[in-house]
Amino acid sequence: MNDRPPAPDTRALNLRMFGRLVVVAVVMFGFGFLLVPLYDRICEVTGLNSLTRADRGAAEFARNTQVDRSRTIVVEFDANGRGAWKFRPEVASLEVHPGELVTVVYDLENTRAAPTAGQAIPSYAPRQSAAYFRKLECFCFRQQELGANETRRFPVVFVVDPKLPKDVNTITLSYTFFEVGGKAAAAAPQPGRGAGRGLGG
Amino acid sequence: MSAVLDHPGDHAHGHAHDHPSGWRRWLYATNHKDIGTMYLWFSFAMLLVGGVNALLLRTELFQPGLQILRPEFFNQLTTMHGLIMVFGAVMPAFVGFANWQVPLMIGASDMAFARLNNFSFWLLPVAASLLIVSYFVPGGATAAGWTLYAPLSVQMGPGMDLAILALHLMGASSIMGSINIITTILNMRAPGMPLMKMPMFCWTWLITAYLLLAVMPVLAGAVTMVLTDRHFGTSFFNAAGGGDPVMYQHIFWFFGHPEVYIMILPAFGIISEVIPTFARKPLFGYSSMVYATASIAILSMIVWAHHMFTTGMPVTGQLFFMYATMLIAVPTGVKIFNWVATMWRGSMTFETPMLFAVGFIFVFAIGGFTGLIMAVAPLDIQIHDTYYIVAHFHYVLVAGSLFALFSGTYYWIPKWTGHMYDERLGKWHFWASMITFNITFFPMHFLGLAGMPRRYADYPMQFADFNAVVTIGAFGFGLSQLIFLWMVIRCIKGGAKASDRVWENAHGLEWTVPSPAPFHTFETPPVVK
Repeated sequence: MNDRPPAPDTRALNLRMFGRLVVVAVVMFGFGFLLVPLYDRICEVTGLNSLTRADRGAAEFARNTQVDRSRTIVVEFDANGRGAWKFRPEVASLEVHPGELVTVVYDLENTRAAPTAGQAIPSYAPRQSAAYFRKLECFCFRQQELGANETRRFPVVFVVDPKLPKDVNTITLSYTFFEVGGKAAAAAPQPGRGAGRGLGG
Repeated sequence: MSAVLDHPGDHAHGHAHDHPSGWRRWLYATNHKDIGTMYLWFSFAMLLVGGVNALLLRTELFQPGLQILRPEFFNQLTTMHGLIMVFGAVMPAFVGFANWQVPLMIGASDMAFARLNNFSFWLLPVAASLLIVSYFVPGGATAAGWTLYAPLSVQMGPGMDLAILALHLMGASSIMGSINIITTILNMRAPGMPLMKMPMFCWTWLITAYLLLAVMPVLAGAVTMVLTDRHFGTSFFNAAGGGDPVMYQHIFWFFGHPEVYIMILPAFGIISEVIPTFARKPLFGYSSMVYATASIAILSMIVWAHHMFTTGMPVTGQLFFMYATMLIAVPTGVKIFNWVATMWRGSMTFETPMLFAVGFIFVFAIGGFTGLIMAVAPLDIQIHDTYYIVAHFHYVLVAGSLFALFSGTYYWIPKWTGHMYDERLGKWHFWASMITFNITFFPMHFLGLAGMPRRYADYPMQFADFNAVVTIGAFGFGLSQLIFLWMVIRCIKGGAKASDRVWENAHGLEWTVPSPAPFHTFETPPVVK
């Protein structure tokens, strides 16, 4: 083959390849962001992680379910406010039968002298009970906006699926009410700040 | 540094244009060998910085109870040890090897984009300074762990912002570096060298560079999202605004798992160069090595969630990620068996590069097996975030990547400096490293199985004995690396003159140029027969 480097050719080839590879890098940067809606979509399709989505089949389910009076489940209610909220359930716990339609009420007060929006995120203990805890109505299905110093009562209507595993006798329903639009700094204490500069102590 | 590294012979190969001298030679460097040298020194400096972090951690863990560090500072040290070692030491070291060796091995006169190459190097010291400065801002350095998981990373002080910026710079540096390497390898090979005759080191780097190009931008995206969550009111990962912290883990590990192969594939390449030389036989199963490397790279993109078995995942998901992860053992096994088959009935000698290469196979295989154990989802849930995982990834990263880097350094340093290194120092370095490495990390398996969690400044009394042993081993391992530094300095300053070929059975274009390799090589491409 030729013994001199085809310099100008190689240079042009190199630049073309540079362009292509930069496009790959930019596309992958975009792909990183695309993963966010992609995961949301996957969760939606597979029904994973649908904490705040309204359970459309719940009302139908509640109508067509026999109440299992032979079993009693203790449901405990818990409430945590993150931000300027006073948030608590009106009853601490209830004894319910699987299949029975139950309504409980949560009180939420906006302690700030300005309208504030918030979103409640439910969680369940034990974790596997989440799939058997069907909510017909819940304030957590959407954001709630409260006026300055407004107090509001929110009902939660639910039914416990009789197919709940036999070893579960107590379900804890815990809501955390987050302020929406506030910065993360307001959401939680900051463990790292002001600590640990240097050795010793 | 420049006085030490100046090759007196360079000026003999005079050129139409002058080379800048003194500090300008390094700041404006466009020569692949100079840039490679800078990469290697930079990564060694970072190895020492990260090592000092680790030794501070180990000093604190020598005894139960809090001795010298506050827990917050301990967490900062853990995080920075990881970030510095991964992004400051191991990755730049391999890029340094690529800079020095890829053009020499494929018969190219330099990297494809020399100025870009300069820029990608000089971003690194800036990034490293940002990381180190972050210790001194209010709240100290980031303490979220090197994975920078949300929600901690969304809440930390300004040290986190500096770390994010540093990651952006290091990511940009890696992306530019890989563009350079891909273009060089694909466009600038000597006539008569098809891809399937390319040295294995170049193959592994080509595949690594593609991996880097695919996943570093995703990491950049992930930390950008953390940054906007922190300061611009977005809620990608901020649960308070409807975001999802677990999503961060998915995006991070989409980068993070290929990243572990980015740190080991070039190591495989180095080992595949060293073993044939000292076994005096050609590499067994060359094409199967290439395909194995490529399949490891492809599989690495679909196994990320095995880092997240404990975050809650449907059983189908766990099974998929479990089996896909175990599948990686197949191509990796192909590689191990090929190396062993290369040695089989070879007439082996055990100079330091070979010692490190054989040592690599032993310890890397241990790390590989513990990885296989952790791929099993139910077992992983038991040992997740314990010292077992710390032992595992140090077996593959220290005994894997770092030992391969040492092996490669001993193998090529005669070509770089023109002098043979001191074989006695090399053997001392190997045995000291090998023994202290195992004293440090082997007991961690037992600590992990017994349930000692990682990333804590304190531990219960029952773990005291093993931790004391680990700390002693760690100091031994740290000090052993000073032998390496001493060896390198002595080899630069003098020593027996190295021949062009250096090793009896060394094959490849890099051995056809004089030792030390002149400033300009292969201005006229060699013809490979």
